[in-house]
Amino acid sequence: MIEVQDLTKRYGSTVAVDRLSFTVPPGVVTGFLGPNGAGKSTTMRIILGLDRPTSGRALIDGRPYASLKGPLHHVGALLDAKDVHPGRTAKAHLTALALSNGIPTRRVGEVLDLTGLSAVAKKRIRGFSLGMSQRLGIAATMLGDPDVLMFDEPVNGLDPEGIVWIRTFMRAMAAEGRTVLVSSHLMSEMALTADHLIVIGRGRLLADVATRAFIEASSGNSVRVRSPQRDQLESLLRGKGLATTDVDGYLQVQGVTPAQVGDLAAANRLTVHELFVQNASLEAAFMEMTSASVEYHADTADIPHTTTTQGAPR
Amino acid sequence: MSSTVPGSVPPSRAAGSVTGHVPTQAGPGTGRRVTLVPPATDRFDRVARAEWSKLWSVRSTGWSLLALVVVTTGIAALACWGTMTGIEQSPEEVPPFDTVNLTLAGLSLGQLAAAVLGAMVISTEYSTGAIRSTLTATPQRLRLLSAKALVFIVVALVVGLVTCILSFVVGQAFLSERYRVDFGDPGVSRALLGGALYVAGSGMFGFAFGALLRQTAGAITAAVAFLLVLPPLSQLLPGSWGDTVTEHFTSNAGQAITFSQSVPNGAVGLSPWAGYAWFTAEWLLILAVAAVLMVRRDA
Repeated sequence: MIEVQDLTKRYGSTVAVDRLSFTVPPGVVTGFLGPNGAGKSTTMRIILGLDRPTSGRALIDGRPYASLKGPLHHVGALLDAKDVHPGRTAKAHLTALALSNGIPTRRVGEVLDLTGLSAVAKKRIRGFSLGMSQRLGIAATMLGDPDVLMFDEPVNGLDPEGIVWIRTFMRAMAAEGRTVLVSSHLMSEMALTADHLIVIGRGRLLADVATRAFIEASSGNSVRVRSPQRDQLESLLRGKGLATTDVDGYLQVQGVTPAQVGDLAAANRLTVHELFVQNASLEAAFMEMTSASVEYHADTADIPHTTTTQGAPR
Repeated sequence: MSSTVPGSVPPSRAAGSVTGHVPTQAGPGTGRRVTLVPPATDRFDRVARAEWSKLWSVRSTGWSLLALVVVTTGIAALACWGTMTGIEQSPEEVPPFDTVNLTLAGLSLGQLAAAVLGAMVISTEYSTGAIRSTLTATPQRLRLLSAKALVFIVVALVVGLVTCILSFVVGQAFLSERYRVDFGDPGVSRALLGGALYVAGSGMFGFAFGALLRQTAGAITAAVAFLLVLPPLSQLLPGSWGDTVTEHFTSNAGQAITFSQSVPNGAVGLSPWAGYAWFTAEWLLILAVAAVLMVRRDA
């Protein structure tokens, strides 16, 4: 378990983290979400004792990081895959980490196997691709078989295969009962990976919610229906005072449940081929929430997302 | 644009059903526990062993140490050959010299190889970002710094001693019988051991500057300035306090220990051990400042 308590970090007059408090429980993947510059990396560095907080504290299983005995046995963290000496081999890098924490060096071979790096174990890290470096970073996190895992933007720069690999890995680790905290500014990635979200903006906590609830709570959820008798169905829906839109060959309806749409169709003997809830994207929910707190406002008016497809009645 | 991102991931996506090619399934670490026992205490020797393995797993270590041996020994040969040539041509123009110190003349350049390695041992941690991996494994920063320093000092002492003995043997081969001394002669063994101590101390100047400045180029520049450039310049300082500064200044003080006899009218005025104590105190002071900053600064 990771506990962040009233954490503040100032760099001169800039407040990177602002009275941030949250808890990361074991057994689920917790997404740490926020725009670039929101304070995610700073918070993670403080949790790991790399940076000193201005005030407040962060605890791992109730203790400050620096007081953990053999910290790699408790926490595995991947902040930046390039935080290694490029002149060392993968094996040498991991061996040094293992030695420092009293981890048997046979474990080095195990984590190299685990991450599929055995073939390049004796190659210098200088020649590694970003994907290989990420795997090496993950191998390092697993050396001590820790209960707590932290990843900072782990999918950045990865190819699709690497992204799926890391996503699956994190979910597997959480399923084993470990605490998994993963930061990202990619909302779509979090939707696929995280069960729970800690959302921050400008160093402040914006939300601490289940991913599903986060999306459902946003205003853009709608029902989509496809029917061969589209026009008749549309008339019926409009007759009920519902706004409808054409989206990709579907009739999209706001403010209604799929059950209501299905019942309405059945009562009027209309055929329905598809009927489902179209959730607002996590991006949309996120934009809605952080619009007040993004570091630099872009012109978002022309960014398409599902919440803006409001239909005008004819 | 419709977003096809579903609102949540069905539970079936959770780890129990990860697809077979994913290495997490294949590796021995997949099972919930691999029965690693966390240590009850943190131990200095573990950190030192890790630093030992790190020192030898980068190529720059071998090259720096090779440069130390080759440069120092090569200059010893040149210096002794040049001195003998001078004596043969015009003996009255050659000032009296200390044989051991003459064979260790190469340390004036060889010390820089030690300083470069000392600087890189710590500065490359920062320049590569590896310090964050290192401190995550060893959050006790002073323990890390002292383990690094200890490992470096041991290596520098051993290689420094080899270097000095080699320089002594090779250098003396160019000297005539009259000027040769033996390991058993007064002060000779102490001066050779002193040469090794001097190498370690020079390296620690690089190390201390590396820890202070956290970057290789700056640390090496500072070490070269303090060990090689400024010591002769300090002689320009006027008056008796100028002499005092000169004889206490870094390598001026440190090299006192590389003389087997009391120095004949040299600029180096301190006794061997007093000079070396000053030399050591000076790098210790820089290192102490670096240590305080290391504890306080963000990594």
